[in-house]
Amino acid sequence: MSRSNLFLVVGVIIAALAIFLNFDTENAQKSKVADLDNKLNIYNWSDYIAEDTISNFEAETGIQVTYDMYDSNEVLEAKMLAGSSGYDLVVPTADFLARGREAGAYQDMDISKIPNAKNQNPQIQAQADEMTGSTNAGLVYMWGSTGIAYNEDMIAERFGEDAPTDSWSLILDPVNAAKLEDCGIAVLDAPTDVLPNIMTYLGYDGTSMEEAHFEAAGEALTAIRPYLRYINSSQSINDIANGDICAAIMWSGDAFQAAYRAEEAENGNVIDYYIPNEGTNLWFDVMAIPADAKNIDNAYKFVDYMMRADVAAENVNYVWYASGNKAAEASIDPEILSHPGIYPTEKAKEKLFVTPVYDPETDRIVTRVWNRFLAGN
Amino acid sequence: MNYFFQRFGRQIVIWLPLAWLLLFFMLPLIEMINVSFSEARRAVPPYNPAFQFGPGGISFQPVVDNYYLIYEYWEDYLWPAVNSIRLAFFSTLYCLLFAYPMAWWIARSNKSLQHILLILVLMPFWTSSLLRMYALIGLLNPNGFINDILIWAGVTVIPIQMMQTDFSIYAGMVLTYLPLMILPLYASLVRLDGSIIEAAADLGARKWDIFKTIILPLSIPGIIAGSLLVFIPAVGEFVIPALLGGPEQLMLGKVIWTEFFRNRDWPVASAIAIILIAIIILPIVYARYQDKEGIS
Repeated sequence: MSRSNLFLVVGVIIAALAIFLNFDTENAQKSKVADLDNKLNIYNWSDYIAEDTISNFEAETGIQVTYDMYDSNEVLEAKMLAGSSGYDLVVPTADFLARGREAGAYQDMDISKIPNAKNQNPQIQAQADEMTGSTNAGLVYMWGSTGIAYNEDMIAERFGEDAPTDSWSLILDPVNAAKLEDCGIAVLDAPTDVLPNIMTYLGYDGTSMEEAHFEAAGEALTAIRPYLRYINSSQSINDIANGDICAAIMWSGDAFQAAYRAEEAENGNVIDYYIPNEGTNLWFDVMAIPADAKNIDNAYKFVDYMMRADVAAENVNYVWYASGNKAAEASIDPEILSHPGIYPTEKAKEKLFVTPVYDPETDRIVTRVWNRFLAGN
Repeated sequence: MNYFFQRFGRQIVIWLPLAWLLLFFMLPLIEMINVSFSEARRAVPPYNPAFQFGPGGISFQPVVDNYYLIYEYWEDYLWPAVNSIRLAFFSTLYCLLFAYPMAWWIARSNKSLQHILLILVLMPFWTSSLLRMYALIGLLNPNGFINDILIWAGVTVIPIQMMQTDFSIYAGMVLTYLPLMILPLYASLVRLDGSIIEAAADLGARKWDIFKTIILPLSIPGIIAGSLLVFIPAVGEFVIPALLGGPEQLMLGKVIWTEFFRNRDWPVASAIAIILIAIIILPIVYARYQDKEGIS
């Protein structure tokens, strides 16, 4: 073997090692899940809890928490359906929880073991329970809406005084979308949060499961597709804060996070969010226990801790989502409590709806319509 | 001991990687084939395995519904498939165009410089590919580094849209896969006997003729190996189009993701993956078969 060949072999081995190490750094982020007595393994959404909540809980109870994060319900669901995830407490959105319960991936919770459950907002909890079909599925952590986030100056520049910043038409009317093409429009890559809202914009019932209604919504989206910058659920927070896009269909809390980031960066971008007056869907993220959880008692302790009014208020003040906790409202920042995009007005509430849990056939229709929109035909 | 290695060393060297491949490549592949012939259901796991063995004995009840569904809605899968092949093909081509001069230059430089250059080629592998993609986003964004410079230099007034285009995909693919093209090219070019080129030049061949009739034909094994190393992962790429691409850059990786996560249909997702593997592997097998025919 000549020297250069030897060197090549060494090079390839180094490359292989480097690839291997790459995988390893990615895996290192998912910290190891243990199942000892004083442990608790939590899997929650990213950016969804105040910075010191976990450390405060650990200091108070002596329980060692492993806290992992996901950024989509789909990722959580795949782990739950594969089984043996090792997690003791997860926070799926109610429709995903309903499906997971049907598959046997979650256990019933004994709400009487959670004294602080008395703090819960009964109205919100009842809406979530209706989706999951059980009063024992879990307790609502936070809830929110899907609406439109926009850059105030960029919209004013293009629409003047009468910008339709109270309606879905800001993005869904092709005439308006064309005006926004140059500054950038983004849409969530979440068909079950987008298609039902477009159905309400078109005058159909958002809870409809009729194929023709989904198709009509898909066509309305296809009509504005040439003007869209991208369809993605996690990129728009940064991009709208930086001014790379100017309007986006977004989840309420994401929009406020973007507004906060723009304010922090002092880049001159002012971001606001509204619930369109045609109506929108509400979602509820529920604290639930997987069927094969090992540290069940600790999970109950944690849920009880999270349901304390002061803890719940701190979390809301940090993440800017509406809380399922009624008692917390006394300590929530008035700016959050009075914002109609977070805590909707009574009038807006009349038009809010809850997306039904689709059966597998409807799932396929929704995905097919969505994929055709993505493909542009 | 010495005798042992002389006798079995060769066997160990051959069988160890083979066992590794069997365990971590063949078994998952077989499981994927199994899932692709299984029936989807709402349970843990979300499919009813076609092949089962346990206390009740062995049972094998394959269903072809998953493949039939893809056949029925083939129009929905064709466009992303064509798109994947198109983007992977041009990514491979651009890799080749960039890699060839670099590999040639490395192969022709003196030995000590070669070592340094090869390390430089491999260097990008030392940072996570995800980080490199985010760095690229920072460069290509409308408010990113490149547009800032172009606007400052007066080349353009409004930012050039580079993200969410074919260009951003190619940039990401070339950045990720270029070393996989350079290394095999280098390996075949470094073996090229310099005296042949000198002889051709002495006999009056022009530079282009030397390249066309001597260098290029002799480097074909390297071109094939490098192209396969780039094309195969590129065609199934998920991360790069997800981060850098827009709706126009929909690839099969995302379609499989959708079936898996959104329809919760693991069997159909597996079936698409199997079909994709078949589409990639069959031409290679065919080419090799042709090769052998040609030799005999």
